[in-house]
Amino acid sequence: MSNYYNSSRKLHFSQLELEPVVRDLEHEFKSKGADSLGSMEEALTWYDMLLNNAGEIAGEFIAPRAEAVDEKGCKLEDGTVSWAQETQENMDMLAQSGYMGAMLERRFGGLAMPVSVNNIIVEMISQADASLMNLYGLQDIAVTLQKFGTEEQKQRVLPKFAKGEVSGAMALTEPDAGSDLQAVSLKAIEKDGKWYLDGVKRFITNGSGDVLLVLARSEAGTTSGRGLSMFLCEKSPEIVVRRIENKLGIHGSPTCELQFNMAPAELVGKRKFGLIKYVMSLMNGARLAVSAQALGIAQAAFEEAVEYANEREQFGKRIVEIPAVYQMLKSMQAEIETSRALLYQTGLAVDMMEIYERKAKAGEKVKTELRAATALADFLTPLSKFTISELANRAAYDSLQIHGGVGYMKDFKVERLLRDARITNIYEGTTQLQVVAAIGALVKGLFEKEMEEVRSMELTSLKKEQKEVISLLDKTLSAIASVHEMESLEFHDYTATYLVEMASILYRLKLYLPIAEQNPDKRNILKFFLMESDARIRYLENRIFHLKEQYGENIDRLKDDFLK
Amino acid sequence: MKKIVVLAKQVPDTANVTGDAMKPDGTVNRAALPAIFNPEDLNALEMGLSIGEKLGFEVHVVTMGPPKAVEILKHSLYMGADNVWLISDRRFAAADTLATSYVLAEAVKKLGDVQLVLAGRQAIDGDTAQVGPQVAEKIDFNQVTYVTELKEVDVDHVVLERDGETRSETIRTGFPVLLTVTAEANTPRFPNAARMLQFFRAGLESDFDEESLKIARENGWVVPTWTLDDMGLDPERCGLSGSPTKVHKIKSITLKGTDLQLFNRDKTGIQEMVRNIVKDYVEVER
Repeated sequence: MSNYYNSSRKLHFSQLELEPVVRDLEHEFKSKGADSLGSMEEALTWYDMLLNNAGEIAGEFIAPRAEAVDEKGCKLEDGTVSWAQETQENMDMLAQSGYMGAMLERRFGGLAMPVSVNNIIVEMISQADASLMNLYGLQDIAVTLQKFGTEEQKQRVLPKFAKGEVSGAMALTEPDAGSDLQAVSLKAIEKDGKWYLDGVKRFITNGSGDVLLVLARSEAGTTSGRGLSMFLCEKSPEIVVRRIENKLGIHGSPTCELQFNMAPAELVGKRKFGLIKYVMSLMNGARLAVSAQALGIAQAAFEEAVEYANEREQFGKRIVEIPAVYQMLKSMQAEIETSRALLYQTGLAVDMMEIYERKAKAGEKVKTELRAATALADFLTPLSKFTISELANRAAYDSLQIHGGVGYMKDFKVERLLRDARITNIYEGTTQLQVVAAIGALVKGLFEKEMEEVRSMELTSLKKEQKEVISLLDKTLSAIASVHEMESLEFHDYTATYLVEMASILYRLKLYLPIAEQNPDKRNILKFFLMESDARIRYLENRIFHLKEQYGENIDRLKDDFLK
Repeated sequence: MKKIVVLAKQVPDTANVTGDAMKPDGTVNRAALPAIFNPEDLNALEMGLSIGEKLGFEVHVVTMGPPKAVEILKHSLYMGADNVWLISDRRFAAADTLATSYVLAEAVKKLGDVQLVLAGRQAIDGDTAQVGPQVAEKIDFNQVTYVTELKEVDVDHVVLERDGETRSETIRTGFPVLLTVTAEANTPRFPNAARMLQFFRAGLESDFDEESLKIARENGWVVPTWTLDDMGLDPERCGLSGSPTKVHKIKSITLKGTDLQLFNRDKTGIQEMVRNIVKDYVEVER
């Protein structure tokens, strides 16, 4: 019996201050009916049941099918895409169990679950089969429609999503518009009051789905992001799947190239707001989901490594007893634990942002709160993805290393984890783009403000550690300042990745300190992570120092060797 | 509406033994083991739910047990059962299979218009596999035991595969019928998230105070309980007094032998094997 709702996930979930979120979702607990929650206590009971059930589905049903899913992949025959049979079984089971409308309102047949609860489900599903997240996570399409669609669009489409009768896709990327979505050129043409889409989209996860959200150029002749709008486009003969990609990993989800031949579509929300408002919202949801996916993969890699290291004997002992092996395990453990704290808090930040979005939409005066909540979610989302997608790659790499030669073979799960992990720091914005998205908070002082708390925490058992964290914080803040005083923007960009890494370490330390204070069994993890953090922060600080010394304002010279 | 009745039992989780699972006297220490839904009863429920969906029959789950057995009834509601019934009375305690099947058979009769009764092949605590067949006798239904596959179902018949030990048998039968279902028959569905929301606050009448009982009734959260008197049963046929099985003595035996002995597959070989077993394991009280 394996249930992925493990003690670490329970602990980190219990840290979340969910009350304001639940109060909002449950309309201040006013209803006493069977389809609403009457109190915070009831909410926590039900969420716990949802998580426990999802953990069991992941461990008992999805995980045993993952190998077959990976091996079979998806097929394109006569223009029709089919999933592996096991993927279909997984999706049917998730639909039957009622999880396909996790974050939709109950009037559409959804569960009205907080983002932060669904986030944990995404993590557990990904631990079982990372590729399934790409289909389960497409609920974000429905959520985006719930936020910005018309009542008629919602009534028509959302109940079908909630029942699992339809699946969706978000069609953004094009051959010449990847990281730079402003370059999208697929045409949206208005004729007699109706919209039609014409052009090509590439790398569309589940592009064969029934409901597509498409970013298209509605303003002919424009070239910037402001000429783009968002369209709802339902499956029709005018949308042709030209090919599906042959990928390194996540074989269970079809990645499609789509040809739109004047396909009928409907505008979603306001014209020209496609990229700047709706895609940003959609993308942030997707980035959170990818972070959860990455953490699930990291957890799987870690568990495989621990298990194998305990079984495998060399030199007359289990390899887990060899320092070169357990140092890798220890580092994975500390990174995963502290990253989980970051991921779950990010989910909560998104929940808080959405509360204020709903309140603002309902006409409440919450402008300041909305701005603050949005800024925090917009900082933590890329910070999580930056941190965790890189962690997933390292964990899979080290786990395979611990397996040695057999890890390189298809017989063991770890090679799949390595392949699946590799996309997480590329899609939905590469690590390098996450740095761009996160650095603003460091420059504009949000990071410093967020970290203030660490100076005033009243800890008893971890006073010494708290002091060390404060001193690392000071080092980080002066590193930020020292970059800031440079005039060269190229120097800022060059060092941004180091600064964001420092911020990630500090933020996780801030979150983990109180957890370790309350849970003595977590203190060794904190202490180990703090020790590694100290070394890492000093290293990054030094790196910036030397770059400044050696190249300073002339850092752009470093590219000269490569220009052809 | 036509009904399907699933007979279910809450059992100690003998597959995940932790701590002191046995008391010194050799009986099961129920307090030390978590109580779970008898695994093959979940297969019976799954079959009941899928047949119910196909034929438009109502699915009722019935269990006889102490008040805490309401937990498996709630689980049944999460999975999709339409109605659940707890049959509970102190006078039902210590029932053997004869007394249990009497009570369950009466419950099936009381529900009325039952087309199909389903039960797990056997419970993991007693392992008798007798209750289902005995119920079938008492309600005068055909029975197919050890069902490993539901091959076909329609309004007037089912086609089943059963494990006949040395061979499998395919059986076609009409309704009404009682089936006992094995773990191979299907994969039980998981609880449904929305149904968990709907029913996680369900309980027995005694679990609610006066004020909350009103809301509980409105929301369908009160699980009905039938007592011996509610069902008009004969007390002599229930519980200990209705149970001819008397346990003489329970002994905790730890098997120490690790060697493997092979016997010929013929008459003399089997005789030798039986002699060995009697010599090693049968204690004759003098």
